[in-house]
Amino acid sequence: MSKLNVTRRGALKSGAAAGAGLALPTIFTASSANAFMNEPTGSSVTLGFNVPQTGPYADEGADELRAYELAVEHLNGGGDGGMLNTFSSKVLDGTGILGKKVEYVTGDTQTKSDAARASAKSMIEKDGAIMITGGSSSGVAIAVQGLCQEAGVIFMAGLTHSNDTTGKDKKANGFRHFFNGYMSGAALAPVLKNAYGSDRKAYHLTADYTWGWTQQESIAAATEALGWETVNNVLTPLAATDFSSYIAPVLNSGADVLVLNHYGGNMVNSLTNAVQFGLREKQVNGKNFEIVVPLYSRLMAKGAGENVKGIFGSTNWHWSLQDEGSQAFVKSFGTKYGFPPSQAAHTCYVQTLLYADAVTRAGSFAPCDVAAALEGFEFDGLGNGPTLYRAEDHQCFKDVLVVKGKDNPTSEFDLLEIVEITPAAQVTYPVDHPMFAGGALGECNNG
Amino acid sequence: MDAILLQILNGLDKGSAYALIALGLTLIFGTLGVVNFAHGALFMLGAFCSVTLSRLLTLSFETIDETKTDFLGNPMKVKTPYVEAWFGPETGAAIIDWAVPLSILFAIPIMISIGFAMERGLIKHFYKRPHADQILVTFGLAIVLQEIIKYFFGANPIPTPAPDVFKGSFDFGVLLGFDPNVIIYPYWRMVYFLFAMIIIGGVFAFLQFTTFGMVVRAGMADRETVGLLGIDIDKRFTMMFGLAAAVAGLAGVMYAPINSPNYHMGMDFLVLSFVVVVVGGMGSLPGAVLAGFLLGILESFASMTWVKSILPGIDQIIIYLVAIIILLTRPRGLMGRKGVMED
Repeated sequence: MSKLNVTRRGALKSGAAAGAGLALPTIFTASSANAFMNEPTGSSVTLGFNVPQTGPYADEGADELRAYELAVEHLNGGGDGGMLNTFSSKVLDGTGILGKKVEYVTGDTQTKSDAARASAKSMIEKDGAIMITGGSSSGVAIAVQGLCQEAGVIFMAGLTHSNDTTGKDKKANGFRHFFNGYMSGAALAPVLKNAYGSDRKAYHLTADYTWGWTQQESIAAATEALGWETVNNVLTPLAATDFSSYIAPVLNSGADVLVLNHYGGNMVNSLTNAVQFGLREKQVNGKNFEIVVPLYSRLMAKGAGENVKGIFGSTNWHWSLQDEGSQAFVKSFGTKYGFPPSQAAHTCYVQTLLYADAVTRAGSFAPCDVAAALEGFEFDGLGNGPTLYRAEDHQCFKDVLVVKGKDNPTSEFDLLEIVEITPAAQVTYPVDHPMFAGGALGECNNG
Repeated sequence: MDAILLQILNGLDKGSAYALIALGLTLIFGTLGVVNFAHGALFMLGAFCSVTLSRLLTLSFETIDETKTDFLGNPMKVKTPYVEAWFGPETGAAIIDWAVPLSILFAIPIMISIGFAMERGLIKHFYKRPHADQILVTFGLAIVLQEIIKYFFGANPIPTPAPDVFKGSFDFGVLLGFDPNVIIYPYWRMVYFLFAMIIIGGVFAFLQFTTFGMVVRAGMADRETVGLLGIDIDKRFTMMFGLAAAVAGLAGVMYAPINSPNYHMGMDFLVLSFVVVVVGGMGSLPGAVLAGFLLGILESFASMTWVKSILPGIDQIIIYLVAIIILLTRPRGLMGRKGVMED
């Protein structure tokens, strides 16, 4: 007869072994559940909208947020469906994403790279955001794109126009719908040549940061290819508010065109200063002096008031487009908010739909599956005509609008008129174009 | 030579704004001993007085124009300003066109009231506190004021044009024998410079030739003795705070057509204006004006292409560089008084 000898130490050892044994399957289950960063396990999925809610681009950020809220409403089956009805892909049915209700959290980029990274990090780590989107500045977009790559979530860029976002700073987890500096140059140059001739001397004022540099390089290359000469390029501090000392020497430089590679408050102030100095009434080299603003935004054009009249620029999208997708979006947005959407709102709305569509087609929220679904994806019905999300650099290729400040606006929104819709083929460049060289997508990161 | 003349002209209007803001800062510091970091916000509030009056003058009633459609395809609502309905289209349009100069009258009582309210409601509680406390509370106040403006007016710049008659620029070059278009200067900036001269002259005349001014100057020199003579110097200093607020506000009103006002414009000027005060000499009114113009002109020179090609980035640091040099060689600033901020 054996004797059962139970000691305290033995009981503890047995308990620990049994506990570990019981826990083993749970550990494996948990590991399996977290196959990728922030995998949604409940009935909802959380998206992170990282937009400037304070600082100089707060109005643009507010418009982006309106567009995101509208996109979420449409994805969850609310409202009139907007561009879900015109989108060429028909997998989204208004039941959220893969049957999960779409929820969102917001962050404030403050249009500062460090603040934008902190808010994106917080949304990923604390709120469980599966995708980050938004922003109104290339510096911010590049910083947040890098963070999302490290964290293992998808980044759907908002308004970012620097060549570098999908050039030397491109990332496998980052995608851009918005156009870029090269495309602005390629679309604008032929229109400028037709309007002002091929014998022109251009003086560039350029915002001294990534967007300004690539924008200037793109416009100078495109106009020089058509016969223009670049007389000078002066870098201006991003914090500058009065550009008079930069503008005053322009007329004496022999230039007959001033190109303002400025955006936001810089653009409003430099254009206002240039018009104050009477540049547009002057004659140089026997020609009328002209001003060009390569990247236009309706919200910013409003800040410059009458000064934008007759000035050429380019834009990603405009509410006056007559295609079915644009009309549907303008109707949804205008009915909900009482005014037409900006190009920033449009690109953010579209990016949200494209992400939801890619998840649905992939049948998975895993970032690498979503990235694969977006790469090489061709679509239509979202306001820009037939569009390709190029696999090699994650840049959308679509038509670009050349616009001009309207001479006789009929309303406070009617500031720009579309001069030409430049076909996508004319603004498409090879993947190894020198302006986009120096970086690699790298490997997709699931977190 | 032409480039030098051009940059001197450019520096004048920027220098005018610096001088007006620094003048107010010095008045407040010299009388109340308060370092007022909310002074840039007063400049911004002045600019928004222009915006507000422009909006009031363009308050409109709506009529439906069935022949046109809005962006949603509905019949278009056409807005007609009340002033055009009351005074006729031409007179009404002229009143709206002159909104910025008219804002001077609108802004004076508003800015004086804001100055009084700031001083009585908040700043007087910090007279005996260290300068660091004063800086913190006034800086906080500046942030509150700009956030209030952003809430009501948004973050985007708001175009506030000068009257049509002042559009365009004057060709100084032709006057001086240079080629056309070599030295041009916008009419409104000339107006701004003249306006600044009048305000600065007015403030100096007020302090120099009135009994009130004499008492204030006496109080700035020796507050205690003036108090012992039975004069309520605090009351007069409060009024000087109102005057300083009005000067900053008027500088903002007239600056609105130069750069479209936004909620942040005060901060853009504040730090530079403090440097101007320090360079001019703490508590010295002529020093503030002299340093304002000097630094405005130097800043313009530093923006010249050939200067930047020799010293890249000099346009961003020139003011601070000059401040360091002057403080090393003349620690009290250009015209600083002995004993100010030295105890």
